[in-house]
Amino acid sequence: MNSVDLNLPLSRLSLVFIFAAMAVYTVSFLIFAWNLAQASSSKMAERAKATQSEKWGFGLFATAAAIHGAGVIMRGISAGRVPWANMYEFSISGSFIVVLIYLLSIRVRDIRVIASFVNAFVLLVLGSATTIFYVQVKTLMPALQSYWLVIHVTVAVLATAFFNIAAALSVAYLLRGSAWVENSKLKAIGIVRRVLSVFPKMEQLERLQNRFNSIGLLLWSFTLIAGAIWAERAWHRFWGWDTKEVWTFIIWTLYAGYFHATTTRGWTGKRAAWLSLVGFSAVIFNFTIVNLFFKGLHVYSGLK
Amino acid sequence: MASSQPSNSLTPESSDRIESPEIGVLGWLRWIWRQLTSMRTALLLLLLLAVAAVPGSIYPQRSADPNGVTSFFQGNPGLAKVLDAMQLFDVYSSSWFSAIYILLFVSLIGCVVPRTFAHYKALRSEPVALPTRLSRFPGYRKITSDASGKHVISKAEAALRSRGYRVVVRQGSVSAEKGYLRETGNLMFHVALIGVLITAGIGGGLSYNGQRVLVEGETFVDNLSSYDSFNPGVFFKESQLQPYAVTLNKFEAIFDLKNPTNIGTPLDFRAHVTTRLTPNSAPQASVIRVNEPLQAPGANVYLTGNGYAPVLTFRDPDGQISFSGPVEFLPQDANYTSLGVVKLPDAKTQFGVLAFFYPTQQKLTTGAFTSSFPGLVDPLISMNIYVGNLGLNDGSPQNVFQLQIHGLKKVAGPKAPNKAVQLTLHETKTLPAGLGSVTFDGIKRYASLDVAYNPTEGWVLFFALLALASLATSLSVPRRRVWVRKFEGGFEVAALARNDDPNLGKLVDEIVQEIAPKKSSRKATK
Repeated sequence: MNSVDLNLPLSRLSLVFIFAAMAVYTVSFLIFAWNLAQASSSKMAERAKATQSEKWGFGLFATAAAIHGAGVIMRGISAGRVPWANMYEFSISGSFIVVLIYLLSIRVRDIRVIASFVNAFVLLVLGSATTIFYVQVKTLMPALQSYWLVIHVTVAVLATAFFNIAAALSVAYLLRGSAWVENSKLKAIGIVRRVLSVFPKMEQLERLQNRFNSIGLLLWSFTLIAGAIWAERAWHRFWGWDTKEVWTFIIWTLYAGYFHATTTRGWTGKRAAWLSLVGFSAVIFNFTIVNLFFKGLHVYSGLK
Repeated sequence: MASSQPSNSLTPESSDRIESPEIGVLGWLRWIWRQLTSMRTALLLLLLLAVAAVPGSIYPQRSADPNGVTSFFQGNPGLAKVLDAMQLFDVYSSSWFSAIYILLFVSLIGCVVPRTFAHYKALRSEPVALPTRLSRFPGYRKITSDASGKHVISKAEAALRSRGYRVVVRQGSVSAEKGYLRETGNLMFHVALIGVLITAGIGGGLSYNGQRVLVEGETFVDNLSSYDSFNPGVFFKESQLQPYAVTLNKFEAIFDLKNPTNIGTPLDFRAHVTTRLTPNSAPQASVIRVNEPLQAPGANVYLTGNGYAPVLTFRDPDGQISFSGPVEFLPQDANYTSLGVVKLPDAKTQFGVLAFFYPTQQKLTTGAFTSSFPGLVDPLISMNIYVGNLGLNDGSPQNVFQLQIHGLKKVAGPKAPNKAVQLTLHETKTLPAGLGSVTFDGIKRYASLDVAYNPTEGWVLFFALLALASLATSLSVPRRRVWVRKFEGGFEVAALARNDDPNLGKLVDEIVQEIAPKKSSRKATK
């Protein structure tokens, strides 16, 4: 390309929308948290109130998601390209996809109970995106000018979203199955225990975690293959153990380990759930530490 | 990567397994033991492989970043030796990394082969017999009905067959199974991974890649001596190279000048080249871009980097030229502050130059220079000069981008008797210490080209996609068993799934509906 027009006012408006979405997400998070506390109450009246508040929570959550989505789209329009070419953009787009996948999943499987986990995670991501990762809107460097940017990164974002929801389910599973939580005499833990009592059964959580991780692994495998095809186009080889390639491989191997664990006697249940969390930690590590501090060819954070 | 459970055991049911007559209890125990050990071993090896891959992202690797390894050795020679002894600069070809993945694939093969036989057998054998107590299964319905036994059985059989189940009718009962594709997919996935490993391995042996820095006006002819660096696979033969020629006519780098937040960001790099595919063929004009390699005979030519090559002429005090030509400078930052080296072994007094090039010079408050834009607005070269033996006479190879300043005397530059020699375009300056003069004649650009050939890429991709498709099959096809039993005054239906299968209850309801459609005549208990 010879010249590009970036729309700076629109990119500023996009940032305003992201901040607005964060505000609404904060309210929905508070409602979800309050709702969990109510739902664990033994009084029927309070439980009923919880159901009512949950509706409000989801209404606000969806509103926040709509504002969030608008912010993401504006960022894309202001740059004249897909909005995921640096860490800031990947964070806002990625967290939006997490919310979208979560809201869609609720229609298929009842995972309402992890709403506060997902909500908190998205807030955390948006918080770091706007403070640590923020960069002004820029054009694509020549290495990124490829339709593989659309395919490879979209699928990577989707995979991350599924791994993320699975990780939330793993946390729920481990908390529910924790003997320490079960037996602790601390008052605060007592509250946690009551909150956990409204969670789905262990087997249910385990199955859901499995399902989300399996979709995540499929998408991750595709990310890896698409990345290899692109690497062949851009860097002359489909695989060269670049730091990002190494971490993509590590994550893939960890989740492969997770799936073996789910069918290995002595490894099912808690150990598998821990592996699911280790896998997701690697995803986060890959996105943050590897992006910012490791040397390699994938230098796209846009940060100095 | 090795197995999951044996294909047929949906739950640890002892009754229907031990019945298999040909293997026997002892054989089964041995089989299960082997299965368990290989599973656990495979899991352990997978986790080990993940951990073993980590150091390769921490330390520079010779394969991906040879310059990083060199500078690591310069920075920490002691530590570097220790790390090198542990193969930490070659993690992915190290003996320990190889050991892990070879063991993993041995375990994989050791697991897939018996499972393939077991699966083949399962595909040919009948669905398992009816368990004694159906009520313990998750999808269970007991129906009170006055339908005849014959009616129930034939209806159940039809309902299941129409859904693609394999059905067997035994006295008063129906056993059905579906979802063998799940195990088929799982096995295929593992076989495809072996395919990826083998084809990638063969490709590594047959492939080669080479690097060449080409300055505008220069021509590259594909033969070994044309490369700046060359990495052949073990089966590479020099005769593989075909003498096509690529001439870089012009290198175009477009940087944004318009958008305030984006000034200096590269918008496009284009290497305008003329190629001759054979010595006698007509020249063809084409453009190589970052994601668009040139397809040359037997290899692709990729654009992987670019920079400036200022044209310099050095003259001895008597006016004789000791060096003249473009010097490739390596960019050090996004604004192309670049570093270049000139070695003058043929000058009257042997000396070397360590030079900085600023395409758009800007003086910092400290007095030092930097470049404020990657394009050529106000170019400047600043040279530090070192006198002494450059060590080029003994024939040992040297990096053209590095000047070994150890043992040399600095005559110009910071902390030297003279200031650094600074030149703007077309300027000539006298060098200190009676070294003659230097002229900044012009500026050319250069392109870093990578030439790469890998004949098995297509096969690797084929097996990778096969693995993906098989994995998708194995994770999405539900594996189900359904049983229907007639008893006096009604019938019962039970279903069992191996994995998360929320539609199992729905399936049972549908089958019940098809056997005894009239709501009035039956009563279901869950």
